[in-house]
Amino acid sequence: MESDDQLTTLKEWTLVAKLAHRHKRMLKLTDSVCRLGNLRSLSNHCKSLSGLSAARRGLIQRKMSENGVTVRRSKVLTIDTMNATVKKVEYAVRGPIVQRAWQIEKELKEGAKKPFTEVIKANIGDAHAMGQQPITFFRQVLALCSYPELLNNNNFPEDAKSRARRILQGCGGKSIGAYSASQGIECIRQDVARYIERRDGGVPCDPDNVYLSTGASDGIVTMLKLLVAGEGRSRTGIMISIPQYPLYSAALAELDAVQVNYYLNEEKCWSLDISELQRSLEAARKHCNPRALCIINPGNPTGQVQSRQCIEDVIRFAAKERLFLMADEVYQDNVYADGCQFHSFKKVLFEMGPEYSDTVELASFHSTSKCYMGECGFRGGYMEVINMDPEVKAQLTKLVSVRLCPPVPGQALMDLVVNPPQPGEPSHGTFMKERNAVLSALAEKAKLTEQILNTVPGITCNPVQGAMYSFPASRCQSAPSRRLRRKGRLLTCCTA
Amino acid sequence: MSLLREASSRLWSIRSSEQVALAKRAAQITAELQQGVTRPYKNVIDCSWGDPHREGLNPLTFVRQVVAACLYPSLLTSEVLPVDVQLRAKGLLGECGGGSVGSYTSTAGIPKIVQSVSEFISQRDGAVPSSPENIFITLGSQRSLMMVLKIFVKNEGTIQTGVLSPVPSYPYFNMALSMQGGVMVPYHLCEEQGWKLKVDELSRALHAARGHCNPMALYVINPGNPTGQVQSRKSIEDVIRFAAEEKLFLLADEVYQDSVHDPKCEFVSYKKVLFEMGPPFSSSVELASFNSISKGYFGECGLRGGYVEFVNLDPTVMGHVYTLFSMDNCAAVLGQIILDIMAHPPQPGDPSYPTFSEEVRAIQDTLASNVQRVQTVLGSLPGISCQPIKGGIFAFPQLHIPPCAIQQAKEAGMEPDVFYASRLLEETGLCVGAGSEHGQSEGTHHIRLCIATPTENMEEVLNRLSTFHLSFRSHFS
Repeated sequence: MESDDQLTTLKEWTLVAKLAHRHKRMLKLTDSVCRLGNLRSLSNHCKSLSGLSAARRGLIQRKMSENGVTVRRSKVLTIDTMNATVKKVEYAVRGPIVQRAWQIEKELKEGAKKPFTEVIKANIGDAHAMGQQPITFFRQVLALCSYPELLNNNNFPEDAKSRARRILQGCGGKSIGAYSASQGIECIRQDVARYIERRDGGVPCDPDNVYLSTGASDGIVTMLKLLVAGEGRSRTGIMISIPQYPLYSAALAELDAVQVNYYLNEEKCWSLDISELQRSLEAARKHCNPRALCIINPGNPTGQVQSRQCIEDVIRFAAKERLFLMADEVYQDNVYADGCQFHSFKKVLFEMGPEYSDTVELASFHSTSKCYMGECGFRGGYMEVINMDPEVKAQLTKLVSVRLCPPVPGQALMDLVVNPPQPGEPSHGTFMKERNAVLSALAEKAKLTEQILNTVPGITCNPVQGAMYSFPASRCQSAPSRRLRRKGRLLTCCTA
Repeated sequence: MSLLREASSRLWSIRSSEQVALAKRAAQITAELQQGVTRPYKNVIDCSWGDPHREGLNPLTFVRQVVAACLYPSLLTSEVLPVDVQLRAKGLLGECGGGSVGSYTSTAGIPKIVQSVSEFISQRDGAVPSSPENIFITLGSQRSLMMVLKIFVKNEGTIQTGVLSPVPSYPYFNMALSMQGGVMVPYHLCEEQGWKLKVDELSRALHAARGHCNPMALYVINPGNPTGQVQSRKSIEDVIRFAAEEKLFLLADEVYQDSVHDPKCEFVSYKKVLFEMGPPFSSSVELASFNSISKGYFGECGLRGGYVEFVNLDPTVMGHVYTLFSMDNCAAVLGQIILDIMAHPPQPGDPSYPTFSEEVRAIQDTLASNVQRVQTVLGSLPGISCQPIKGGIFAFPQLHIPPCAIQQAKEAGMEPDVFYASRLLEETGLCVGAGSEHGQSEGTHHIRLCIATPTENMEEVLNRLSTFHLSFRSHFS
């Protein structure tokens, strides 16, 4: 173990420990983390992307002419003629380390010998890939929707059948294969509105303000598109938390918007300080036009669950500074720590009274990929827009129509999430048992991760209050640390 | 004033769709009928969408059985489903993370399915090589088109990127282009010659555009939407030569490749023709081809699945393309599963083969029969003419609208074909697409009907249209 004065805090090397994972694996992996001390080998792995094909990695192909001089064919689409903003996009969740992980998996399948027998991809919030089971009721209804012949099958409960019939009634030609309206199937939007009202203690929700989306990402990127405008000093700036979910930085790069970072406070369990928002905003105003503030609650990757007071403070700040609020609430059911509770931005906004509830413009996002469902592959989600100017809303509606419609199975799944089995219905008992089992396992793993990682020398891990990740800090030997810092690259190591 | 009012002016300039207004009105009338309001018809028939299931065609049994089994694997032990369905589902689930269709997949798609798609393409094209490295499975061809446009259409700057796009065309492509900040460079298909694509017209359009934008790509739809022409091999060669000479990236929208009705026509892919033209074309012309599970006999529009195959893409660009596609995380897994079935359908000897092939044949027969009926009925009506429908799933007849009607439309602030379509909807409950949505030559007017519908429905559509058309002409004569 290195002495403290030789250690250098290394923010570049972060471990993202995945929660939705079996205990055995968690312990095995944490053990590997303890043994993993040599960052040099990790950086070598990153260097040697040789596993990734040349085509995907983008090596320059050169054609040898007859006299041996290399000749590059002239193409329409080259690194110079392509859309410059696309070149700026990075998406670490599926970046070079992940690509190397897939390649290693392929090598293992082909019989390559390595000091491990499997790759565990704990880098991405994919619960089912890590062994979490789907909710039976959801899958039954979706199977019935897909193959309605099964409505005659006695092995499906009546409540699943009646849900399926209702969803199919809302589909063109009574088939989930028909396009839906681009805003989403109407009866599902109505169900989402009722869910939001129940969740928020009766605060009204107009179904017309609900847009079903292709995962939350689709809604988030659509809103960012609406917000980004201007040039030079008046170019839109978007405030995002650091640490963040890399979709935000990637989308901002692609849209050529200005990324305005505000830092969460690691020493105070990743809390959000208004003074830091103020600092960030004032600095940004010198070079861009900050228009929106994005907040992820519960946080990704940091797991903090914002207090009600904090949410009020953020709303006041947004109101005072005229910022559009984007509340990414996809982990709203993933709250584990004692004393923490999810408060939706919308509910708090409305409870602050008309001075705020009539004026602050807000979009909130939800998804079928997280919480207890973990159904990432369905690409289901919704957003609710609050206090949006009607003319702007018409533009939003037009904008979403260009992508036609979100996948209908994802819409159907969202309907079941917002309208699950009720007490007295045949599937209610099993549903609640499965849901509670998933959430309590996640809570247990949140605690376990924090505890175990904090026993590892050189690693400190804040309590995981919510979401599905831990985001510990690691202190490493100074030589590799310097090298990695020069690379300026954030390395993600799978540990779960 | 709302913050968002200050949003990009570019978005405000995307043309609003009249079709959306028509569709809304159709939905309103349906609701009124359900509430007991009396009208001269009992129901609304909406044939404005290119949506076979909405129009009444059934999904393929094998497809839905496999999807159901993948969703709810308990079905695999229940003997409810044929053996080949079970095997296929088990195999596909084995390729999913944690054995679940709820997991994310690799960015470009489940590798085994990408491999299947590349084999399908290669087989389709008579053994022209196809590499999985160049294929991305996406959330449908519209998503593929939007992503590909992002790669080269500059979203800011003084000179807009231009893309040559046919008139008439698929309007959502043009909307996506506009949204990305590009400009459409229209080239007119020749209606009198069966909507033929003429290279001299491409040339005219291109040279006219070069003054005011930077044309980088040429978008072709084959078989055509809404026009239904099927390009000959010679025509495709000419287009490829033109693209090579003029340095244009080719975007070949081939989603209707399985819908060719005229036995004298054959779908041949741009890739195949390019390859068979040999160097320098085959090794230099850049091409992206698009296909989808939404059309053909699958008709699974709502499941959102498709792919794009790149040919001769600059390898230094591919890395960025990969990163861009990865922002979507991955395509919906059920859509990927259906693509696998499209690539490798049941074969003779498989338990599901008889039903599968019968269902496919029934759909093909229905389409062929509908094409005949549409051409016969429309051919017998005065004031309406329709080019031969060689492929695709639409009829796009030209309306010869009486001058009085054109005048009245003008006064109402409507395009004449929108005026026609609105009255058609109100008076007969039939909702069609207005030609102005797709673009048309100045002074011409069209409507678009989807013909991927059961024959009895097609008959009802034609009855309502004929009755209305005659009465409309009489009223405005």
